[in-house]
Amino acid sequence: MTQQQTAGPASTGPADLAEEFLDRQTPLSRIRNVLHRYPAVSPALVLLIAVVVFGLLNDRFLRVENLSLITQQVSVVGTLAIAQTLIILTAGIDLSVGAVMILSSMVVAQLAVNNGLPAPVALLAGLIVGLAAGALNGFLVTRFRLPPFIVTLGTLNIFIALTLLYSNGATVRGSAMPDLLTWTGTTFPVGPVRISTGVVVMLLLYIAIAFILGKTAWGRHVYAVGDDKEAARLAGIAVNKVLMSVYLAAGAVLAVGAWIQIGRTNAASPNAGVDLNLDSITAVVIGGTSLFGGRGSVWGTLLGALIVGVFRNGLSLAGLDVLYQTLAVGVLIILAVSIDQWIRKVKS
Amino acid sequence: MTATHLEPAGTQVRQPILQARNLVKTFGRVVGLDGVSLDLYPGEVLAIIGDNGAGKSTLIKCLTGAEIPDTGELMVSGQPVHFKRPQDARAHGIETVYQNLAVSPALDVASNLFLGREERRAGILGSVFRMLDTKGMRTKAKQELTRLGISTLQDVTVPVENLSGGQRQAVAVARAAAFGSKVVVLDEPTAALGVRESNQVLQLVRDLRDRGLPVILISHNMPHVFDVADRIHIQRLGKCAATITPQSHTMTDAVAIMTGAASA
Repeated sequence: MTQQQTAGPASTGPADLAEEFLDRQTPLSRIRNVLHRYPAVSPALVLLIAVVVFGLLNDRFLRVENLSLITQQVSVVGTLAIAQTLIILTAGIDLSVGAVMILSSMVVAQLAVNNGLPAPVALLAGLIVGLAAGALNGFLVTRFRLPPFIVTLGTLNIFIALTLLYSNGATVRGSAMPDLLTWTGTTFPVGPVRISTGVVVMLLLYIAIAFILGKTAWGRHVYAVGDDKEAARLAGIAVNKVLMSVYLAAGAVLAVGAWIQIGRTNAASPNAGVDLNLDSITAVVIGGTSLFGGRGSVWGTLLGALIVGVFRNGLSLAGLDVLYQTLAVGVLIILAVSIDQWIRKVKS
Repeated sequence: MTATHLEPAGTQVRQPILQARNLVKTFGRVVGLDGVSLDLYPGEVLAIIGDNGAGKSTLIKCLTGAEIPDTGELMVSGQPVHFKRPQDARAHGIETVYQNLAVSPALDVASNLFLGREERRAGILGSVFRMLDTKGMRTKAKQELTRLGISTLQDVTVPVENLSGGQRQAVAVARAAAFGSKVVVLDEPTAALGVRESNQVLQLVRDLRDRGLPVILISHNMPHVFDVADRIHIQRLGKCAATITPQSHTMTDAVAIMTGAASA
């Protein structure tokens, strides 16, 4: 630190600059600072390595049909994970995402098939179900100040029960539905690949939410609320309004997820998607979004969802039992959270 | 610029920016404030000191809208005001820097400066797509920091959590000072800081004062108070025991008044 660097209007000494640069001294902390600033870097590296390794292990892995299949396999979880990211960014967690999505899909399918409503009306009803579920979660979190974990654990069971009551436990098959409902399951050719419409819808949602989170005041407020609720309040942010809008937005995203799920499975089943809750959290965590809120991005979540999809697909192509896929996902989660903790030490 | 704080503060010809008259605030049977009056003049640093429970925080909360006084009046530039929420005080140009620093650690310096009052892009990008003018806000943040003489914070894209305590305090103070406010209230700004960082913050207080912005400073630290304050309001048992100046009294006198061992 030389004297000329301190040439500034205020009374600062060389020691101030020394302190300022203190945590950039070692190469390791420099890496940590980069990861801290761009949380999507580490999942991107993991995905790249995973794709290369599985590609070397099995020739079929890198074929375009297989890669297209992986994207279809992650389209539903990937969409739920968008909603989950929004909630986790506010330092919450939503255990009810899968249940809301299934409830919404059952309402859409039943209204269209059993009640004979036009498909757009049925989809609109599904959206209203998603928004209502989000409103209930948001209301309980903001008005009664209950922890989101407890709230959504409760509503998870409520939504599961409502779904079974409403549907009488019966699956609605895709062949009986109007084309619009299963449209998300159709594919179209792009060169040699067939891309599923549901994947495109998911990607459009990612682009929209990434824009809103990154480029609007609302998005910045979501991060601020998750980062430090009290600080956000003192800065003049209406914390409860932001939280409520986050739960509503998540509900809307889940309704779109319901549509993608109907197309993907070509059915609406009340028993589907038991694992989807935890899979969505897995995608968010592996994607580098901090469970403590205020840090992360939806692009990380997309990478996280793809990592899980690549591992499952790659391990099964390598001929390993499905148990090893689960094992690998478990190891990934713990690694991801450990890395997150390490990155957060930047705070010093 | 320096003339404003060399003349003895409290001259009657000048219009006080902030006035409080006979503020009373009770909490059940506990009397927090027992008829406190206070005047804040342009370009002065008014320190508020007092023992624990003397009513310092209650007074500040009434001035900044965090508490509503039971009786008494508040006036900003001579106009009566009634603050129901902190936002009301802020709307009248009273900015508060809270003791626990209301900054968002993961957001960068510029985002924190504009937190809660972000600026949008011009045209359709701003009005329809609600897009933030990130570049513009960064430029303005840089200008504002330069104007305040905060030279250690030239990179406004650094997350606040990477900053030292003094730098974070500087961000919070800069935010309070940046938005054309009339009064800046600092609640124990040096409590968590080391010696060098404290000096930076005190220098910042002087700079604000020299720009004509009056500052209310709550502090336990007598040397800091006597270092920067033009006048010192001493709270004791819910009342204003005395208003002194660093020239008229010594630190020992102030402590004696604070504890009731002497009267002004």
